[in-house]
Amino acid sequence: MNRYGTPLKRVRGLGSAQAGTEHFWGQRLSAVANLFLVTFLIYSVIQLAGEPLDVVRAYFRSPVVALLAALFAFSSAYHMRLGMQVIIEDYVHANTPKFILLILNTFFAAAVALTSVIAIIKLSLGA
Amino acid sequence: MGKAEAQPARPLSPHLTIFRPYINMMMSILHRITGAANYFGTLLLAAWLTATASGPDGFMAANAVTASPIGLIILFLYSWSLIHHGLGGIRHFIWDTGRGFELPTIRLMSWATLAGSVTITLIIWFIGLTKWGAFS
Ligand code: HEM
Repeated sequence: MNRYGTPLKRVRGLGSAQAGTEHFWGQRLSAVANLFLVTFLIYSVIQLAGEPLDVVRAYFRSPVVALLAALFAFSSAYHMRLGMQVIIEDYVHANTPKFILLILNTFFAAAVALTSVIAIIKLSLGA
Repeated sequence: MGKAEAQPARPLSPHLTIFRPYINMMMSILHRITGAANYFGTLLLAAWLTATASGPDGFMAANAVTASPIGLIILFLYSWSLIHHGLGGIRHFIWDTGRGFELPTIRLMSWATLAGSVTITLIIWFIGLTKWGAFS
């Protein structure tokens, strides 16, 4: 790309500190959120361990619980997509498999998050 | 940028296989492994939520799987993986501030991550199993 530009122009266009920090920052931001949300997840699992469906339903009918659960679905999906992107880029160098895996990575994160959120909404509305 | 036509055989530096394993190296790898495990763990959460939201039959099926020996082992490893990765993340936050790069500190934090994750996981399972009625 930009084969006719001068090397200086290319360097200016590709240099750091333009969009390069977004990935890092997004990873850290979601990591902080996950720290709280994983704590909430573990608390929830202990609360619901061995309880019958009525109790589970009542638990999810709380708006705070539904909100935190949905937040965890989004935050972890965002975080793990960024994380897995780095893992793929570290180990897969050939273009075609790399792009296929990067696309699948995004699909996986989106599908898992949406599946969870739909179930959370159903439960919170009284399913 | 064209590829160099003839790559002369370069000497390779000693790689992974030749290093004695250090705790910081192990914890670095473990942060990646637990991250990847958590990645697929979200699939389990989504499955449990979907089954539970589908009604009594789905809920019973999900609980039967979770309470089976294999289910409990997977749940145990998943919980440890989340906790270990979370503690490893805190270690990263400390490094992000530019602190904690002295070798003794790095070693200490690496051991603390491992010891902390195992301890916290065991405590949480003790609480959870007690609540579940496993000891009564
Ligand atoms: C418990 C709170 C969590 C914290 C504090 C946390 C923190 C972090 C941090 C700081 C990184 C970047 C490491 C680096 O730059 O080398 C990271 C990577 C990663 N995280 Fe998390 N994370 C958490 C939860 C999760 C969850 C729930 C998942 C999956 C659903 C996850 C999946 C990943 C993956 C796949 C990576 C990439 C690993 C790598 O590049 O080696 N994390 N995490």
